[in-house]
Amino acid sequence: MKADLKAPRTRSVLKLAAAAAPILLVLILVPGLVPIYQVQLLTYGLIAAIAALGFNLLLGYTGLLSFGHSAYFGLGAYAVAFVVQYLGPHSMEVYLLIGIPVVAIVSALLGYICVRHTQIFFGILTLALSQVLYSLALKFYWETGGSDGLRVPRPDLLFGLLSFSGPRGFLQFLTLYYYYVLTAFVLCVVIMWVIVHSPFGKTLQAIRDNEVRARFLGIRIRRFRWIAFLISGTFTGIAGILWVPLNGLTTPDILYWTFSGEIVFSALLGGFRNFTGPIVGGIVFTYLKTYAVATTEYWQLLLGVVLVILVLVLPTGIVGALAKLAQSLKRRPA
Amino acid sequence: MILLKTVNLRKQFGDTKACDGLDFIVHKGEFLSLVGSNGAGKTTLVNLISAHLQPDSGQILFEDRDITSATVADRIKAGIARSFQIVNLFDGLSVFDNVALSIFSREGKTVKMAALAEHDHEVRAETLEVLGEFGLSDKAEVLAGGLAQGERKLLDVAVAYALRPRLLFLDEPTSGVSTRDKAQIMDTVSSVVRGGQVTAVVIEHDMDVVFRYSDRIVMMHEGAFLADGTPDEIRANKDVASILLGAPLAS
Repeated sequence: MKADLKAPRTRSVLKLAAAAAPILLVLILVPGLVPIYQVQLLTYGLIAAIAALGFNLLLGYTGLLSFGHSAYFGLGAYAVAFVVQYLGPHSMEVYLLIGIPVVAIVSALLGYICVRHTQIFFGILTLALSQVLYSLALKFYWETGGSDGLRVPRPDLLFGLLSFSGPRGFLQFLTLYYYYVLTAFVLCVVIMWVIVHSPFGKTLQAIRDNEVRARFLGIRIRRFRWIAFLISGTFTGIAGILWVPLNGLTTPDILYWTFSGEIVFSALLGGFRNFTGPIVGGIVFTYLKTYAVATTEYWQLLLGVVLVILVLVLPTGIVGALAKLAQSLKRRPA
Repeated sequence: MILLKTVNLRKQFGDTKACDGLDFIVHKGEFLSLVGSNGAGKTTLVNLISAHLQPDSGQILFEDRDITSATVADRIKAGIARSFQIVNLFDGLSVFDNVALSIFSREGKTVKMAALAEHDHEVRAETLEVLGEFGLSDKAEVLAGGLAQGERKLLDVAVAYALRPRLLFLDEPTSGVSTRDKAQIMDTVSSVVRGGQVTAVVIEHDMDVVFRYSDRIVMMHEGAFLADGTPDEIRANKDVASILLGAPLAS
């Protein structure tokens, strides 16, 4: 029996790696195949995917819907902007080394307050706290630049090994930064995959499915929710840190609740009940929004219609629907 | 040897006395059935002992240690586990993961996040062993939500049993299943529990099941104990017969 059970599980890890390898290969080859604008857009997409991946640890795996994840994305971006403003170095590694602990500490503090409640109360708390950060960014304009925001110049990569100046500097930056973000994306995906398949991840799913029973296994529910919140906020914060050098500017918009809505939208679009859903959702949403904005001034209306269709027709998201389709094709006799 | 003892345990909901000064004793190694009509206070008693509810007054002693104000986690650590009247599983997880989670929790491994759960060979081996004991080996990879009712009942008990408790409360382990499944479930549960030398307290309505599997039977009525004895003593007790048949008490 032991051997029987062990084989499929080991195979499933190998199967996953085999499925991921060609996708990774395509992602590596992208800059040589498409115009630089598409590379830039895909970089934004990968960053959005990291944000949605972090968010989904709470929604998909812990059963907590946060309406305030813009706070951690924005916090990552503003942490970088403050590093530039007060400390001076234009190094991506410095941004990450300072930004990640800042985001983790604030996630831990805000998470400690939020996880004392669940359901709508949790959602409202996360929303309210993110709005507090938005107000601070807007009102303390002498520090934050107010609605004008703070500029973040192109940083050096790999501890100054790669710097970008001169007329082709921007284009070089876009290409190499794509690979930088792709590396961070792969790392985040692998780390998150291990987390959700670890005993800790299984415990979160148990809490999501049945809080009472989990408690009667001796699991300290609030502590687990808090740690999940901390990890979730930190991942979304990393996305913010990676986003701001690409955008060159951070403004209070990314702290506003509608930005939290975009993260929720991404997870729903891809499907929050599976691991790859938010990744696909983050990338697709980036393209959807970009082309909707370019196509019509009523782009928000267009996204609203997409959301309604999504909830009514594809409640399991793109990945969930594709998985169902694959299953039904598999069942169909040859 | 006394494993668990409650002293003058009371719990009231409005005017209803669910537990009216109960002195309940469980001896080590016995298979005890708690019987009585609906609303007699059986589940409330189990809820109080497992910390699902807090008593209004009274004491709960487990192995002579006062656990009245201990948390659920502390009582589980002490060796008290329970299953539920309505099946309480992690439906989105596999049957394997449902049981493995109990073992991870018992071993203090639930905080581990840097390694895959399936790579813990000790937990894996023990999970497979428990599933084998409960006849659920071939369902290991199935989602718990996809099991038949009888299997769900068995898994519910297996999840509690995997905590390796010294005292296991089973709240109606055969409710909602067919007569044939009832016997199968109770045969399995009784054999595993007795084989694992676990003391069990079972809440049960089916008196055939109760008489067949119990070492001792305690009958509750309106928040108090009405009778306590071996299956033969209870069978001969006229008060018990009156309650079970819905007739007035003999005395």
